[in-house]
Amino acid sequence: MTVPGDTERAENGTPLLEVRDLTVHHGQLRALEGISLRVFPGEVYAIIGANGAGKSTLLRTIAGLHRPTTGTVLFDGRDVTRLRPERRATQGIVMVPEGRRLFGSLSVEENLKVGATYARPGPWTIERVYELFGWMRERSNQKTAQLSGGEQQSVAIGRALVANPRVLLLDELSLGLAPVVVQRIYGMLSQILATGLTVLLVEQDVSQALRVASRVQCLLEGRTTLEGEPGDLTPERVEAAYFGLGETAAGGGDAGGGNGGQPVPSAGHRSPVPGGGQAMGQSSGGGSEQLWPG
Amino acid sequence: MAWVNAIIQGVLTGGLYALFACGLSLMFGVMKVVNLAHGDLAVVAGYVAIGVITVTHIPVLWSFLIVVPVMALLGYVLQRTIIQSALDRSVLTTLIVTFGLSVVIENGLLQFFTANSRAIGTELALVRDSFKVGSQIQIGYLLVVIFAVAVVVLLGLQYFLSASKYGRLIRAVADDREAAQLAGADYRHVFGIAAALAFGTVALAGISYGMYSQLQPTTGTDTILLFAFAAVVIGGLGSLWGTLLGGVVLGVAQQIGAQINISDEVLAGYIVFLAVLVLRPQGLTSRRTQS
Repeated sequence: MTVPGDTERAENGTPLLEVRDLTVHHGQLRALEGISLRVFPGEVYAIIGANGAGKSTLLRTIAGLHRPTTGTVLFDGRDVTRLRPERRATQGIVMVPEGRRLFGSLSVEENLKVGATYARPGPWTIERVYELFGWMRERSNQKTAQLSGGEQQSVAIGRALVANPRVLLLDELSLGLAPVVVQRIYGMLSQILATGLTVLLVEQDVSQALRVASRVQCLLEGRTTLEGEPGDLTPERVEAAYFGLGETAAGGGDAGGGNGGQPVPSAGHRSPVPGGGQAMGQSSGGGSEQLWPG
Repeated sequence: MAWVNAIIQGVLTGGLYALFACGLSLMFGVMKVVNLAHGDLAVVAGYVAIGVITVTHIPVLWSFLIVVPVMALLGYVLQRTIIQSALDRSVLTTLIVTFGLSVVIENGLLQFFTANSRAIGTELALVRDSFKVGSQIQIGYLLVVIFAVAVVVLLGLQYFLSASKYGRLIRAVADDREAAQLAGADYRHVFGIAAALAFGTVALAGISYGMYSQLQPTTGTDTILLFAFAAVVIGGLGSLWGTLLGGVVLGVAQQIGAQINISDEVLAGYIVFLAVLVLRPQGLTSRRTQS
């Protein structure tokens, strides 16, 4: 299973996280089919795609919250497919879940402490999170419900960081946040990424994802429609892969378990076309086909 | 003066009810398990204490030191085995399983210990003696001690939950089990610890009840479980100090009922319980902010 571009990437050594031919069902519904990806140390790998493309399911399966029907998840060369989420977390696969999922009856500091309870040794401490997010220290005794959405997202990121992840999974950081807040969060993320952290992120906001990613994969209805480095992808190809318009460029390889990049609608899709401007980045007001701002 | 006496007795009895109720409230608050065997487990603790005292001839109060940890361990084991496997199916399954457990325990006790009632430590001065306040009010030492123990237990539980690592994890798991897993916490283990706490408190309550009154195999369901439920509902689900308030309100209502007519003692308690259900279903202490 070779993916274009892997020859240069492989020089970084073995992939830290590898997903092979993953198929996941929600009951009768097939959410993912034949997904493969390899994340090398230090990479920022972005999964993009419309609502219901299966991005979150992919991340949750890697974190251990879903059992795949077939396929394997390898972490640092070892098969973790059958491992419980908490065991994966202690080994270094740490996720910031969609919707933040903070502990509502706990204070900010207690949320961070829970994150640090089973932490691996590493550079991140609660103290360092306070340094990163300047406002957090003086509000550390507040309940998280009193925080704004962006602040809550910061606490969720902090809670994951203090576990000292080897690979950080970020699920829809931008969800439900105002564009200006999203920009601030992603600005913060760049600082975190500068530490050399390996990240796999899922994002509907394509422009944000492409800005930070060193590699990107596009999902459509549970299948891979595009894989490559952001620099090599034209807006037209991303657009086509995102919406499943006509011939999609799957990068030529066997990235999707032999589907050849054809976006065949799978058995159960929820919403093939994203609604409104949320998927379009911030610039497109009217829900045009424009994926890049400006 | 008789009314003042009734109120004092009621308040003190409330401590015992709070001991019964806090474990029930904890298990519901953390794992959403309504443990229908809660009362029977209290009775089991009482019988085990009687057995330990009879066999080893240790002083009565020492039996707490043995039985409470044993019951806590049993709580952990039961939670990790049958209660967890019921939870994995659905929360409703836990009702059936704990009801089954209740039936098994009750009939097991009937089989091995007969239906005769038993008391614990009736020869102790602590259990028998009382002191007088004024000419009409007579207060048993035991009830005062039980009330004090209940307050200490609740303070201890609150401190454990708010300040310790596992207390924090218990609250985190109660909030969002999946998010706790993502932070590396094995929620089954955390549930086990919460169950151990609950079973420890119920053991304390069961032995205390054996000293205060008498234990029969059926006491668990026909008295303890119902009073514990009433105290939890009156005080407000998921609130530790609510269980004390609920226990006290229930105790006072019963004593006032008994003052009016001795046969109305239990009835008066349930009337207050129903009134709270109708007028303030979230309980007396519950905050409105809870979603």
